[in-house]
Amino acid sequence: MKTFFLFVLIALVILILVYLYRVLRGPTLFDRVLGLNGISTKAIILMVVIGTVYERVDMFVDIATGYALLNVVGALAIAKFLEQRGRA
Amino acid sequence: MTFSFEIPLLLLLIITAAGATLVKDLVSAVFLLGSYSFFLALAWAWLGAVDVAFVEAVVGAGLATVLFLLTLFGTAPRDARIDREPFSWPALIGLPLLGVLLLYAASDLPEFGDPVSPASQHVSPFYLENSLRDMRTPNVVTSVLMDYRAFDTLIETVVIFTSGMACALLLRRRRT
Repeated sequence: MKTFFLFVLIALVILILVYLYRVLRGPTLFDRVLGLNGISTKAIILMVVIGTVYERVDMFVDIATGYALLNVVGALAIAKFLEQRGRA
Repeated sequence: MTFSFEIPLLLLLIITAAGATLVKDLVSAVFLLGSYSFFLALAWAWLGAVDVAFVEAVVGAGLATVLFLLTLFGTAPRDARIDREPFSWPALIGLPLLGVLLLYAASDLPEFGDPVSPASQHVSPFYLENSLRDMRTPNVVTSVLMDYRAFDTLIETVVIFTSGMACALLLRRRRT
């Protein structure tokens, strides 16, 4: 089972690399924002999978929840920034 | 088993750090730093330092990104592109040398979780043996932070309060 979760981890990292390409290269700012959001969702799942590997899911689920909440705040800040910059 | 997943995480860290220094747009650099913090938090979680991972996620990925964006917001540069200086060769050669030197020094450090390392022989046994009797708290980390090192924590709180106040003063909306 542990090897299975390790494979899941590696697969998630490969997925993150795809998003990271968008963040690094993305021609417009919106591509980067979307890439960052995708990365953060993958990071949440990665966190829970790490917790499963260590058999301490209860602790890691807390952190994953914190991550998710922070993502909302960060995405709101970015959206507000883009809105304001579009107006200026 | 521990080693197989650290390498992709470290690769992601290097990619995001290099991207943040090479990208030609301030906002993108902020985003890349945010994802760098995400991966750093994942690396901490993988090493078992869950609370450090949480702090890194909250402060690095969440607060720092928001604060950077608020700064960009407040200074309102029309054009957030950066003109980068060309690479300086001494830095390009000297910094990898420094890295190699640090790695060489790190090979001398005690193993991860080594019970006879100096760090786990000096005060840690004392804390572990006496914290339940002294503090009646099952959580040793809490008793170390809040009792054995209470002054340290108090002054840290003062520092954080001061910086929070400075941020609030700088970022408040001016009513005209």
